[in-house]
Amino acid sequence: MSDVVEKTLTALPSLLSLDSQPGSAKLSTNSKLGNLIRGITELTSKHEEEKLIQRELLSIKEQVSSPNTTMRQMKELMVRTIYCEMLGYQASFSYIHAIKLAQQGNVLEKRVGYLAVSLFLDESHELLLLLVNTVLKDLQSTNLIEVCMALTVVSQMFPKDMIPAILPLVEEKLSHSKEIIRRKAVLALYKFYLIAPNQVQHIHNKFRKALCDKDPGVMSASLHIYLQLIQENPEGYKDLTVSFVTILKQVVAGKLPMDFNYHCVPAPWLQIHLLRILSLLGKNDQSTSEIMYEILDESLRRAEMNHNITYAILYECVKCIYTIHPKSDLLEKAAKCIGNFVLSSRINLKYLGLKALTYVVQQDPKLVLQHQMTIIECLDHPDLIIKRETLELLFRITNAQNVTVIVEKMLDFLRVSKDDHTTIDLVGKVAELAEKYATDNEWFIETMNTVFSVGGDMMQPDIPNSFLKLLLDGFDSVEEDRKLRLFAVNSYISLLQGEPSRLPQRFLQVISWVLGEYSHLNGDLEPDVVLRLLAKLLDMKSSSSETKSWVLMAMTKLCSGGAALSVAREVSETYGSSMDTMLRQRAQELQHLSQDSQLQTRVLPQSSSQEAVEVDSSLSFLDWFVSEALAAGAAPYKPPHQRQEEMSRSKALSLEPYGLSLPISMSSCSVADRQSPTLLSMSSGLSGDSTELSHKGSSTTLKLDGVKRVWGREGYLAQREPEEEAAQVETPAPLQSPSQQGDKDSSHSQAPTPTQTPESEQEKQQLASSLFVGLASQSSASLMGKSEQTSQRFRRKARSPDKSLSSSEQLTNPLGSPSSGADNLLLDCSISSELVSAPEQTHLQSLDLTAANSACDAPDGDTKGRKTLSRDDSVSAADVTPHEDPDRPKDLRLASYLPAELSGLSGLPHSEITLVCSNQSLDLSACHVQKDDSLEFVVFIKNSSDTSVHQVQVQVSCEELEVSCVCDSPAEELKSHSVTVCQYRLTVKRPSVYFELAGVVHYQLPAGSLQTEQFSHKLPLKSFIRPLAVSTEDYGTMWLAFSHDTKQNLPLLSDEQEPLTATLNVLKKKLQLHVVEIIGKEGIVACCLRPDQPCLLHCREHAGMLAVWLRSPVPDLPDCLLYHCQRALRER
Amino acid sequence: MLRFLLLFSRQGKLRLQKWFTPLSDREKKKVIRDMMMLVLPRLPRTCNFLHWKDLKIVYKRYASLYFCAGLEDQDNELLALEVLHRYVELLDKYFGNVCELDIIFNFEKAYFILDEFLMGGEILETSRFAVGVSMEEADTLQETMEEYMSKPAY
Repeated sequence: MSDVVEKTLTALPSLLSLDSQPGSAKLSTNSKLGNLIRGITELTSKHEEEKLIQRELLSIKEQVSSPNTTMRQMKELMVRTIYCEMLGYQASFSYIHAIKLAQQGNVLEKRVGYLAVSLFLDESHELLLLLVNTVLKDLQSTNLIEVCMALTVVSQMFPKDMIPAILPLVEEKLSHSKEIIRRKAVLALYKFYLIAPNQVQHIHNKFRKALCDKDPGVMSASLHIYLQLIQENPEGYKDLTVSFVTILKQVVAGKLPMDFNYHCVPAPWLQIHLLRILSLLGKNDQSTSEIMYEILDESLRRAEMNHNITYAILYECVKCIYTIHPKSDLLEKAAKCIGNFVLSSRINLKYLGLKALTYVVQQDPKLVLQHQMTIIECLDHPDLIIKRETLELLFRITNAQNVTVIVEKMLDFLRVSKDDHTTIDLVGKVAELAEKYATDNEWFIETMNTVFSVGGDMMQPDIPNSFLKLLLDGFDSVEEDRKLRLFAVNSYISLLQGEPSRLPQRFLQVISWVLGEYSHLNGDLEPDVVLRLLAKLLDMKSSSSETKSWVLMAMTKLCSGGAALSVAREVSETYGSSMDTMLRQRAQELQHLSQDSQLQTRVLPQSSSQEAVEVDSSLSFLDWFVSEALAAGAAPYKPPHQRQEEMSRSKALSLEPYGLSLPISMSSCSVADRQSPTLLSMSSGLSGDSTELSHKGSSTTLKLDGVKRVWGREGYLAQREPEEEAAQVETPAPLQSPSQQGDKDSSHSQAPTPTQTPESEQEKQQLASSLFVGLASQSSASLMGKSEQTSQRFRRKARSPDKSLSSSEQLTNPLGSPSSGADNLLLDCSISSELVSAPEQTHLQSLDLTAANSACDAPDGDTKGRKTLSRDDSVSAADVTPHEDPDRPKDLRLASYLPAELSGLSGLPHSEITLVCSNQSLDLSACHVQKDDSLEFVVFIKNSSDTSVHQVQVQVSCEELEVSCVCDSPAEELKSHSVTVCQYRLTVKRPSVYFELAGVVHYQLPAGSLQTEQFSHKLPLKSFIRPLAVSTEDYGTMWLAFSHDTKQNLPLLSDEQEPLTATLNVLKKKLQLHVVEIIGKEGIVACCLRPDQPCLLHCREHAGMLAVWLRSPVPDLPDCLLYHCQRALRER
Repeated sequence: MLRFLLLFSRQGKLRLQKWFTPLSDREKKKVIRDMMMLVLPRLPRTCNFLHWKDLKIVYKRYASLYFCAGLEDQDNELLALEVLHRYVELLDKYFGNVCELDIIFNFEKAYFILDEFLMGGEILETSRFAVGVSMEEADTLQETMEEYMSKPAY
């Protein structure tokens, strides 16, 4: 059959060429599509086209819905509809008919139907549901073409959740007798693997069968899957290396049928796939690499023909050779190959040569040196793409000696480039280089100025953030810090005196922050001058409200008496009534602080701005508030996802036992990670090169702490001081004219810059020497910024920046959901402003908070709350451990009064004895002892006066606890300096995070007057938690029976070897939970308060977090327990 | 893996679009617009490779028609260029000295050929001969022949 087809096909062209006139004559006059197309081409305006198409669509609509339309007509209509859609007109009415056509037509009509469906509908379209049946039917068809079409459509647009419906049928096709079907089935499965890897997990061994298929087409299709699998797990497929090498050998030797040749090159696609797989397998693996040396050599040798496709193979070969364990003679050949690419006159090859150089520069910097003149030429290439790629290469070879030249080249490019993506990328790189290798303050600040003004509002938000942090944290020398800041201030003042309206918002924000923070460093600068300049920014129409808040914050820091006050008053009056709440808030702050200088010095202490503010990141100072609210009957906090879940649960009964993946929400672990995920895409790098990633990571997170600073005060440092004064005068507006700026930059560069068209060779030589300086002398290891300590100028102090950052984040949303990760933070304008100015803000914030607290609380609530809480902390920390602290004789003395069954002899440890209340005559102390089924609470009453007291009576109560008196010992008379003890048994009525015991003691003084003293004592829930020993089976039955549940993600102790076990052990130790069983990535844990108050935990390792699902028959218990789990893990 | 393949004319008219990963209509329109803005102003004999966002763009002009493909980061640009070329060869073989008008008026055929050649963004059939065979079998071919024959223009 296929022979016939072949013949007819070859006859087709001649059939067509019967028609002697090319082009227009081919338009069939009677086809409706032809009419439509011709109609459109005759039109002159877009408007007319629109009218025509609308008319056309209307008539199509009429016809498709008519019952008399045959499938054949329908096919023709569908083709026209596709055309209209391609022109950008919606024809959604036809979608259903496309599906119908795919369902009912004959083969050709079906094909058009499928085509229309694949063009019209996207994966999420609901009509796709209707397609499943058609696909199922066609997959089972005996007509091969129908099967092919079904497989094609399946690989194109099949929604994830419908895959199971057709998977068995597709799988079956793997053993079809026709190779085309097998091939399509393999590719369809590959597609499934990409969208839903876990659904095709069970057919991995069938992939192996496909790899061994006798048809090379099927085999090469299966390589797609293997490439993907090996990328994810190279270790698992090392055994296949030999097979891949053998296949490649056969391909290279031309053993495949001629059909697979492409321009006389045997199966180039297959070769490239194999090379890519080999490079993954051989990476960092010497023994595996050794297997492939021979064939790589062979491939290099064979690929000689001067054709694109051979170059494609060579390029892949070179990449492979540089990726796997190195072998010197192969490297040599590869280097020669790269040389051919770079020197080629064909621009595409030159481009790839540059890319290859960028790829190998880490291993072989000398290669770059060999081609330095070519690189210089590429730098001035008229094609921006080549230029851009050259800059990418230069970025990799930057060191302290050539940084000025390279950064200048980059900035030159930035001024020309129109592409946003490139701008964002390059701006990030310039900022990175400037920070890493800055030669002097002036250059650094000016470079950053250009970065901010060119990068504008598009650039990554962490560029300004990290710049400000650099200014804030400073370096090792105070004097040095001062100079840098002073220079920045001066430079910004002159910018503001120019035309600030041209500056991007982000830059203005940076400027206002710096001025607010450091303008006092310049003694000659009156605050009111700065304030006026800032006020000008407020009046600008272009300023966004975010910028205005920054400006207002800066003003708040500056308005310290004098003429500044009037400016401040004016501004705060204007914005105090702004509709923007953020602005209004800032204006109010400005107003209040400017009027109350005492408050201002407290809130914004100038001198201490450099000291890290101690921040309680666990927000434990709010615990009392939370527990009080809970005690007062407030519902415990539930994170949003849980609330949603509950809502959806209340709507429909979920019978599914488990298997949901929990959203990662807890900020507790993500706050430490300051980098936004977008950062990865910030610098576009070479393909799949992990070293590049790690390099990037190290440079942005600045692993520079603790490195000895060598670059020092000699040289330019000494000379700079007079320069600074000059710079202030001479740079009135360095940003206004880019060319001017460029000139100035070049004056700092170490070599003259070549003009746009470099004429003299000498100039190029000079540029080369300044670009490639330091490359030759240094060993390859010192490239890529791996060991550049010696030239590092800006080195941050070791001040655990992460910590302060995370705490400021915690502070900014003290009561709200903690789930907003650090990622959002960087993007969120209002919060990011806080982020940068952490120290000041925390002052303000904590002030706000205390105000808020006291507002909610009784008059003395605030301080008292804190005090009791901190005391309570110590109690809970020392909860279980027995106390034999020699420094506390008082404790010991009291401990001896413990009832016999509770004292140390019984083996039950008691908690620390704390003073709960004291007056002239009585000292009340308390402690608790954990027993298996309850908590014994002991009150020690000590008569501290010199006279005895009578009728001592103690009452203890708590709403959530059942209090039963074990031994009241109502002493008739308590002699001077003697002690009596009351003992209570506590069990939980209603769970709470903390239990507040309220106690009253009545006693009679000798004088006869009846006295009453109140006291309170707080117990955390965890004192009541007892391990619950159950078997896994019991656990299962209990799990299903319990109704109250909570889900949350907790931080996982990922630094341990077995994170799950380690984390559960911490919980076990701290909270006395019982670990029932750990199976793989899941662990089940049980505990109870009383035997009838159990709580079950299901823990699962998921995406670096511990996904915990708690269930209990007791309402609120899961939430309260979760709270303690969180704390236990955080305090570890 | 190819992400998309676009064919458009010098005048910026879209002739064929194939998306290998799901995108919303708005995103598609943006990609099409950006591609035209990026590719059309390029001078002859400049580099055929471009960057767009995190994708590599490979384009080639054949007569009045631009073939433009978006690649993922690890893909080989030269190879993609050859993919475009091979597609043109296939079109050429099917239409016989293919020109833009062939593709305008028989765009569904161009789609069918593409479907036989690429599947899910990966090369399905590297042998030119086999694409031709699977392109049309028995009745499909007859149908096509019938169409061609019945048209008086030929």
